[in-house]
Amino acid sequence: MRRAALLLAFVAALLAPVPATAVAQRPSLPDIENEVMCVSCEIPLNIAESAQADQQRNFIRTLIAQGRSKEQIKTALVTEYGEDVLALPEGDGFGITAYLIPFALVALLAGGLVVLLPRWRRRTAAGIGEADAPALSEAESSRLDDELARYER
Amino acid sequence: MKRVLVVVLAVVASAGLIGLLVYGLGSRADDVSIEQALVRGERPAAPSRELPVLGESATRSIADLRGKVVVLNFWASWCGPCKVEAPVLDRAQKRLERAGTGTVLGVTRDDATTDSLKFVRDQSITYPSLRDVDTKLARDYGSTKVPETFVIDARGRIADVLRGQITQQRLDEALSKALQ
Repeated sequence: MRRAALLLAFVAALLAPVPATAVAQRPSLPDIENEVMCVSCEIPLNIAESAQADQQRNFIRTLIAQGRSKEQIKTALVTEYGEDVLALPEGDGFGITAYLIPFALVALLAGGLVVLLPRWRRRTAAGIGEADAPALSEAESSRLDDELARYER
Repeated sequence: MKRVLVVVLAVVASAGLIGLLVYGLGSRADDVSIEQALVRGERPAAPSRELPVLGESATRSIADLRGKVVVLNFWASWCGPCKVEAPVLDRAQKRLERAGTGTVLGVTRDDATTDSLKFVRDQSITYPSLRDVDTKLARDYGSTKVPETFVIDARGRIADVLRGQITQQRLDEALSKALQ
């Protein structure tokens, strides 16, 4: 009986509604500053120091005080300052392509190097060992043997 | 065959990276094509876009003002020199309005509506302003900073450019050129 009561209490605790504050977290200025640009200085807002950046921060603070969500604040920023205010690309069309192309090109170059470098090294090593090395004359050969023998002593 | 393909891909990727670099550098360079045209004695056509009027739900464009001289002034509320030159522009607005020959037209950029409206109130500005939210109009004029002023004649052609804070004397010179 006691065990059943404990089990019931445990299930009830699991099903209890989570407090609203834990679900809908209020956005903070640093949290938003990381993801938006100072539009006049063209650097992230969290490192920008200018009159325009300060006004932009005040605008964000006002919206936070009004209880707006992070997404609502970002939408309001775009309405007031244009698309360039977003530091991260929007997930569609040219915005995302413009960010991905440089990474794709660097990956392509790195891939090419990974494939080609070992081949070039193998070929160079093989070339030095066989074809390109000049043959030793008899005198050079005996001198090399003498040097090696002296070294081993 | 495989080697050729790899080489071609590497060349294409390198060319792409260099192209992006050149584009990035080029897009940051100042556009002085209007100044160059003016030096040659030409008057380039004034670019026009339909933009929202500050503090109103209506839209307006420079093309709507054809037949009048337009003093197009890019400004922002956070810009110190814009505050200093605002009275000069407002005097010009009153003069042009009285004569019926033209208007000053402000264009805000990188500025929130509430801040722009407060600036208009604080500086007692009487001329209208448009909001260039995406700075597309500014880019059309090669304008990257504030304040910058373009004086457009009645035929819709740029007669003079004043980059930076204007003075009464410089604006008067530009206006007399546009009114000729």
